[in-house]
Amino acid sequence: MATFFGEVLSVYSRAVEEDDDELDENEEDEQIRRELEEKREVHLHWSPEVSESLKSGNKLQCSDFILAVGQNASSFLSVHILSTPNWDTIGRASVWNERSRAVMGQSCEESACVFYRHKDNPTVLICQVSCYVAEDQLFQWTEKVFDCLQHRELNVTVLSDTSVADYKTADYLGGSSAPFLRSLHTSAFGDQPVCQSLEQPNIVTGLAAAVLNHCQVHRIAAVVYQCYSDVIGPDSVTMETYKPVLTKLGRSIQLDPSPSTDALRKFVRTTDLQSNLYI
Amino acid sequence: MFISSQRSAPSFRDFTLVMPAVAVGNVGQLAVDLIVSTLNMSRVGHIHTDCLIPMAGNNPYASCKEDGEELHTPAEVYAAAELKLAVLQIRAPILQSKTKKFRQLLVSWIKSSGFSRTVVLSSSHAYQRDDQQLQGTPLRYLVTPSLLKGSADALKELGWREMERVPAFPGLTDGNTEPRLCIPGGGITKGLYTDSCKEDLPLAVLLLFCSEGDNIPDAFALANHLNDWLHLLDDNSKQPNKWKIPTSWSLLFGNGIPPALF
Repeated sequence: MATFFGEVLSVYSRAVEEDDDELDENEEDEQIRRELEEKREVHLHWSPEVSESLKSGNKLQCSDFILAVGQNASSFLSVHILSTPNWDTIGRASVWNERSRAVMGQSCEESACVFYRHKDNPTVLICQVSCYVAEDQLFQWTEKVFDCLQHRELNVTVLSDTSVADYKTADYLGGSSAPFLRSLHTSAFGDQPVCQSLEQPNIVTGLAAAVLNHCQVHRIAAVVYQCYSDVIGPDSVTMETYKPVLTKLGRSIQLDPSPSTDALRKFVRTTDLQSNLYI
Repeated sequence: MFISSQRSAPSFRDFTLVMPAVAVGNVGQLAVDLIVSTLNMSRVGHIHTDCLIPMAGNNPYASCKEDGEELHTPAEVYAAAELKLAVLQIRAPILQSKTKKFRQLLVSWIKSSGFSRTVVLSSSHAYQRDDQQLQGTPLRYLVTPSLLKGSADALKELGWREMERVPAFPGLTDGNTEPRLCIPGGGITKGLYTDSCKEDLPLAVLLLFCSEGDNIPDAFALANHLNDWLHLLDDNSKQPNKWKIPTSWSLLFGNGIPPALF
């Protein structure tokens, strides 16, 4: 492809090239492919009590499922909701892909995707996802998790971090407008979202989209609050942007509306050694 | 699999199905957008599958505030019963490892729904044309033997060019240069076509040679060609802007420009 300035750029197209799977795949290739697929499978590890219940055919009773995708969303829930001592850890999901890396001292999988249940109100479940779930694992993650939950009268709330660079708008966004919230909800969602709806031509991708797709086709009430931020890592201003959602969540669970600065500081890393571009 | 968004499953018996292939320039998908938007088609269901990358957004065909907040998924089926037309729109790329599975899913859905014919709107890399293909119209078509029986006359009248078979190794003159079908940049088009031939499905492919860039004119061209055959729009005038552009086509090339730049 030639540009206006005359240089030739290599063409990039979203179109997938013609299928190559017509070529004979020998046994070794097939085995490698199968093993890789198995390694990329999403596995849910529940506590013994929950496992027993699921094995005997009873799904988890759930009226509210709150999912946090991304570091700021997860930290927001940790600070405002999970800080009260009323939560049991009931399970985790292990997700391996090309971006997984072992954190020193513990396997990355341990803390990357955890499920909590409220002690006094066991129909409220929270899940924090701070690891990267690859495109081919999104559907699987969603199906496996929702297979464990009963769907009747289920309300799903998703808090999702994303970059403001992905936000399309006709007016140029000055630096002062980020971070901000936008919402997207399924047809079955009857409540009022706490912020503006996501305008055209913006879309939601990733785990939030996978959950919305599942809830839409299965007629489950779900809402996604997407936070557009100009900061990549955990940041207290970005976390605070989710505050309006507390008004909705506070109806079913006890929460801490004004956490101490110490609590916030725990979740905000001031410097990350790997990204020491500017000292 | 197909999941109806209404109370009962719709019937597609004897309907024509128009669907895009995710291909170079997304021309097929843009053309399908024009069809759904202009004919004001209503959504009747979703294709819920693990083969597509998940995405979600508000109604891309919203014409007013009231219907703006309706969630849309990566693969949806729209229908216009009075035209006996069903349209599948695919909004996300197919996962690399699941292309075969997706083709099988489509073929079995087409079979079980009883569509009288399927038209796949697609495109192919313009830079890979050979000398012959560089001349004349960039439109090509393909039909399976099953559809050729009923549509041979109509296609002859339209004067369209059938997609040429090209030698596997151009320039090489040894014995194994049997010309074969090649649709570079066409995504699953070739696979879907060959599968449909095998399954004896009445399927046609309509494709345009194009390059990545502003593909809106290509979408209009493809939609007009389709209309010449299927007569979807009842307006016979030759005006080029009879198609309605959906609201989701805004900002295709980026955000507004910061005023401080100038």
